[in-house]
Amino acid sequence: MSEPAVLTEQSACELTLDNLWQTSEGQRVLSCMQCGMCAGTCPYGDVMDYPPRRIIGMLREGQLEEVLKSQSLLNCVACYACMAKCPRGIRLTEVLLPLVKEQTFAQLPEVPAELQKALQNTLRYGNPMGESPRKRIEWIKTAGVPIRIFQQDPRPADVLWFVECYTSYHPRGQDNSRATARLFHALGIDFAILGNEEKCAGECARLLGEAGLFDTLTDYNKVLLQKYRFNRIVTSGAHAYDAFKYQYAPQGFDYEVHHTTPFLFRHLDKLKPKLTKKLNYTVTYHDSCCLGRHNGFYDEPRALLQAIPGVKLVEMTHNRINAICCGGGGGGMWLDTYYKAKGYERLSERRIQEAIATGADVLAVSCPYEVSRFEDALKVFGADKRMKVRDIVELLAESMEA
Amino acid sequence: MNILVLLKMVPDVVEELEVGPDGKSLDTSFLRTILNERDDHALEQALLLKDRLGGKITVLALDAPDMDDVLFTALAKGADRAVKITGAPEGLTTHGAARLCAQAIAGGPGLLPADLVLTGVQALDDLDGLAAPLLAQQLGFAYVGVVTGVTADGPNATVIKEYAGGVRGEFAVRLPAVLGVQAAEKPPRYVPVAKVRAVMKAQKIETVPAPAEAGAALVEVRQMAKPVVSSHAEMLEGSPEEIAGKLCELLAKRGLL
Repeated sequence: MSEPAVLTEQSACELTLDNLWQTSEGQRVLSCMQCGMCAGTCPYGDVMDYPPRRIIGMLREGQLEEVLKSQSLLNCVACYACMAKCPRGIRLTEVLLPLVKEQTFAQLPEVPAELQKALQNTLRYGNPMGESPRKRIEWIKTAGVPIRIFQQDPRPADVLWFVECYTSYHPRGQDNSRATARLFHALGIDFAILGNEEKCAGECARLLGEAGLFDTLTDYNKVLLQKYRFNRIVTSGAHAYDAFKYQYAPQGFDYEVHHTTPFLFRHLDKLKPKLTKKLNYTVTYHDSCCLGRHNGFYDEPRALLQAIPGVKLVEMTHNRINAICCGGGGGGMWLDTYYKAKGYERLSERRIQEAIATGADVLAVSCPYEVSRFEDALKVFGADKRMKVRDIVELLAESMEA
Repeated sequence: MNILVLLKMVPDVVEELEVGPDGKSLDTSFLRTILNERDDHALEQALLLKDRLGGKITVLALDAPDMDDVLFTALAKGADRAVKITGAPEGLTTHGAARLCAQAIAGGPGLLPADLVLTGVQALDDLDGLAAPLLAQQLGFAYVGVVTGVTADGPNATVIKEYAGGVRGEFAVRLPAVLGVQAAEKPPRYVPVAKVRAVMKAQKIETVPAPAEAGAALVEVRQMAKPVVSSHAEMLEGSPEEIAGKLCELLAKRGLL
């Protein structure tokens, strides 16, 4: 039995750089006053030939070719900092930059090898690691609680838990999934997962400029989601949350969607009495770009952490809207080798120094990319004994242990 | 310059391979196939030649599951024509496939004349690398294998061939020739999926029926089995000091210290 062909015939998204100027979003770009907030706040603004401010200026002057040739936007990690700071409200990370990136990407003379592999893997196997799609549910064997898979038991469920890739395959991501499963179970949530049928939601491919890959994955997931009945989607992936909320919804797939962190916050009253084990950790929380700057979930993760007995929360210098990106978004996850070869600082290493400086024992995170990125960064600074990286769900599950 | 590139699907070893119930073939229930990696390099080498010299690339393949995706991707990368041979008997041996491809090339619409026929020097199921030389013999073309670079000029091509120990040979080859490609001069390129999707709408894959007479198989598979595990590695556990102690003990016991 071979899987259905991955590629399908359907047109890519309709908004282009050519017709952008006829839209209200394009009009907003034209209102840019070149103040430079975007360039100043961009974590890689210093290594771009043309940071966002100059790109806007050049596009208005019709210098698209030069922008594309510079490949500046290969350094954009889609952290939403420019968009969050723009006084004109230009949706840089959501609209403008992906359009420019799409053309930059299409014209790249050579796609960096690590990135190429991740994209080819995502198209072929539905996950960037190139793991077998049949092993997507391997982790549930060690979950410790029963997990329903829609394909085996298609009865309607309240929650469709969209697990996502790193949380299915990466050993540390699986810790996140096991913890989430235990939390859902303890809260009595009626949930089911898509199992081996699930494929990457594709948001990072889109933010990188690989719109066709995103469309192909969207086409697949939309057909899949229609097979089952559920009231809401809860996903472990911060990027998947964005994909469902901002990309699938306008295409008629307007599900109620939550990321696990804010979703658990909604159940905090019920969860709190179960958090009985005292964790004597000093914790600093890293705001993920998607949850924080893009969606404003600053208080929910902190409230969850403070609900854990014994946890002392401390803040890094840059927090909330000013948090520094881990460098994994918009394809950055697979450009570490490229950035390093160019001599750029890895953003995860820039960020981890702030975390270490707080003196905390634990760096708490809420996006599946961050665990491995920050664990690697801790090793670079020889601080992996002093500080541990834990997803909020891992800490909550640990506190539930009798 | 007219270049023919032969592509073939092989089992994708991301999935574990299982022997089928007949004990002679792979279990196909979960088997997925993927483009032979060296054929991908053959295509890249053809594209590099076209970038430099111009000309026309035709990709040719025996039909197989997922083959259309591969052929559309080749077109999106810059191939000009995609042709697949349909209705070939199942379980062809390398000899049979080479004979069939040679007949299809000779009889197919506008596939000849070709200056170069490029294909992978090996495949997962052809580690002997027989397909390309057999094809060359059938077509009456010259053959060079383990190729890592090609330049062409008029009736000749200059071909780099790799030998063991990092030695490289340079050959002058009279065209037409079949080349078994080990690696293209650059890694195979990426093509954005949107471009593949656009090609799927705009272009067609041509089909030619497999020539009727394939000939009797010369080799027969009698048994296929997984390797028998004969011994296990022993993992030493403990602190670095404990592990070092256990290791010394083991080495001493076996008379290696």
